[in-house]
Amino acid sequence: MVFKHDVLIVGAGLAGLRAATEVAGKADVALISKVYPTRSHSGAAQGGIAAALGNEEPDSEEWHTYDTVKGGDYLTDQNAAEILAKDAIRAVYELEHMGVPFNRTPEGKIAQRCFGGHTSNFGQAPVKRICYAADRSGRVIMDTLYFEAVKKGIKIYPEFHVLDLVFRDGQVAGLVAYELATGEVHFFHGRVVLLATGGYGKVYKVTSNAFANTGDGPALVYRQGLPLEDMEFVQFHPTGIYGLGVLITEAARGEGGVLRNTDGERFMERYAPTIKDLAPRDMVSRAIYTEIAAGRGIKGSDYVHLDLTHLGEKKLAERLSDISSFVKIYLGLDPAKDLIPVHPTCHYMMGGIPVNTEGNVTDEKNGIVPGLYAAGECSCISLHGANRLGCNSLLDLVVFGRRAGKNILENLDRLAWTAPPAFPERDSLERIRQLRENKKGERQVVIRRQLQKVMMDGCSVFREEKGLKKVVEALGELEKRANAISIDNKSNRYNTDLIDGLELLNMLPLAEAIAASALNRTESRGAHSREDYPQRDDEHWLKHTLIRRTGQGVSIGEKPVTITRFEPKPRTY
Amino acid sequence: MLKFRILRFDPESDKEPWYKTYEVDAGPGERILDCLNKIKWEQDGTLAYRMSCAHGVCGSDGMRINGVCALACQKLVKDYAGAEEITLEPLPFFQVKKDLLVDMDDFLDRVRSMRPYLVRDQAPPEKESLQSPEEHAKVEQAIRCILCGCCTSACPVMAQNPDYVGPAALVWAYRFLYDSRDSAFTDRLEKLNEPNGVWPCTNHFDCTRVCPKDIPITKSINFMKREIKNKLSHSGE
Repeated sequence: MVFKHDVLIVGAGLAGLRAATEVAGKADVALISKVYPTRSHSGAAQGGIAAALGNEEPDSEEWHTYDTVKGGDYLTDQNAAEILAKDAIRAVYELEHMGVPFNRTPEGKIAQRCFGGHTSNFGQAPVKRICYAADRSGRVIMDTLYFEAVKKGIKIYPEFHVLDLVFRDGQVAGLVAYELATGEVHFFHGRVVLLATGGYGKVYKVTSNAFANTGDGPALVYRQGLPLEDMEFVQFHPTGIYGLGVLITEAARGEGGVLRNTDGERFMERYAPTIKDLAPRDMVSRAIYTEIAAGRGIKGSDYVHLDLTHLGEKKLAERLSDISSFVKIYLGLDPAKDLIPVHPTCHYMMGGIPVNTEGNVTDEKNGIVPGLYAAGECSCISLHGANRLGCNSLLDLVVFGRRAGKNILENLDRLAWTAPPAFPERDSLERIRQLRENKKGERQVVIRRQLQKVMMDGCSVFREEKGLKKVVEALGELEKRANAISIDNKSNRYNTDLIDGLELLNMLPLAEAIAASALNRTESRGAHSREDYPQRDDEHWLKHTLIRRTGQGVSIGEKPVTITRFEPKPRTY
Repeated sequence: MLKFRILRFDPESDKEPWYKTYEVDAGPGERILDCLNKIKWEQDGTLAYRMSCAHGVCGSDGMRINGVCALACQKLVKDYAGAEEITLEPLPFFQVKKDLLVDMDDFLDRVRSMRPYLVRDQAPPEKESLQSPEEHAKVEQAIRCILCGCCTSACPVMAQNPDYVGPAALVWAYRFLYDSRDSAFTDRLEKLNEPNGVWPCTNHFDCTRVCPKDIPITKSINFMKREIKNKLSHSGE
């Protein structure tokens, strides 16, 4: 079938929903999501959303901007950080007015708490900047926006998996999507496509990410020969539940929790003397691995302890109830009495589809791709630089999701309907046919597990040349094998076997982009830590990476960093 | 080896649901969802179910596990220690689309019928609307709902009266009825007082027992019943 809408938004998490609610009523907009409504991964965000409301103690937009830039190890485009911090206040009030049930101060204002890297007075001490609803902030914000979208009558195509973008003469003409319920492949004709497909933590073995996080949006763009930006910057959250990778929010430390090694020592005091356990995530994750490498993991093992035993049951119940329940369910432990075994877990991708601050996707020469937009984790503004601060992500989604929506409306008149090519579904159908017809190939899971192991071993928190070269080589082999996988399920109805295969084909090129960009950047900055190049090197590397696929492998280019007022300085906390 | 007996049904090709048994090698700490994934990925790719976050937040993988509605990602193998086999079936009451995957549209329509959004009779202030911690606490449990459907599918009343709006929709009604920022209190109570609002609930407590987020659902429904009796002159009971 052919569906037709002015604006096609791919992904119904927070960025997609916020863009859609902006456009609704002024243009014909549709949300296309591979998961059922309200299942998107924004819902898994626990800690909250940052905004310098100053409800609990003095705070300022400027401090928030500075923290975002320093948190990103000066790779942050500072114009984007300024927009974020300034618009944060309006955005949080807007969410509150829409009905988000934030926790409250005794005076009835939105309550705020501390989080990693958010400080007062340019790094002096942790500041209470995070607005939250217990530790289910993402879920309640997403549900609020979802029902707002329903109220506005926004058309949603649930469980439609997008297969390809369709262009005509360099301009977007729409997209091709697979309908899970029927197995039909549809062409969606549109004037604008906004990608808001989230992250791709599933390329790693240990991750807090959902199964749906396979990077379909960036993969679609990359397949078109367009660049991806700063792919080497992958955030490992310090506190994933040992073995599972399930997230324990940084709010646990924001509320006073501390990390301890096997000697019971609060080791973050040595790594970040001023803000200790509330240092940014990249530093805490490195500190944990450094402790483990020095034999100070718990009983010499590969994890440390998160200690919440001094917080008291009341605080745990009121502010950290979801994570308390996760710890009980998955570990059989009571955080009020027991230490929680944790280790870093792949959490967030700073890199992604290059966009400007209005959501327009840009090409390798920084020119706008007509009609194509991206927002949220799949995009790279670059707002988070080399390392994102906690609670800047939910904020990013609502601030820049809305901006993309606004820009779409402003430009819609200029974006004419483009006639699609004669057979827009051709490439997609061919890929599906191959997957169905391949015989005697391996199962997708065999390659998926190897991909996740290869990335975990050679391209996670610490990296070095030899290991990265091995990763790139292994990924090339895996991709060849992935093109020959076969699937059991040949049916048309709810064929998730086929989707698993298609997702694997999306993840492999993205993993290669991460590893190749990491190999290329011979310095350490933010979440990208090279053991063979341990220093930050502003002289050579204060620039963004742009990577794209050409006929002859990958080609790596660069883009300057926008610096408005904070000159790079050594990053200590 | 652990035995799984899984209900299989494709309404377009099967006349009747049937069961297939699988054997999985799984440790005691593994999630039921991990076992399902092993089955689908290593043995039988034709099996259909939903899942995403795998830790009880997205609400995708509600199903009946040994007769009790639950999230497959929140139950571990050791929770069924001693059982000869683990039987997995789709959520009862929901229409089966394929195997363990059910239609959620009807369920969401029920929730949507409760107007699950803030209704305000005046424009909000410039900053946040004030709400005391005590006012916030009234909805603190209801906002945990993840729309998984376990409660509604476990409710024995649903089978007899499919028009009953069901426990999940009532959780959402409660969440907005008691939000101090909402202006539609009386309208919402009127809606709940309709014959298929709160009144079909006859206190079986199955919803409360299965809720993966520990929401006191039955208690909340009873609270709303009392509110109707106290505040509306024409309560429906």
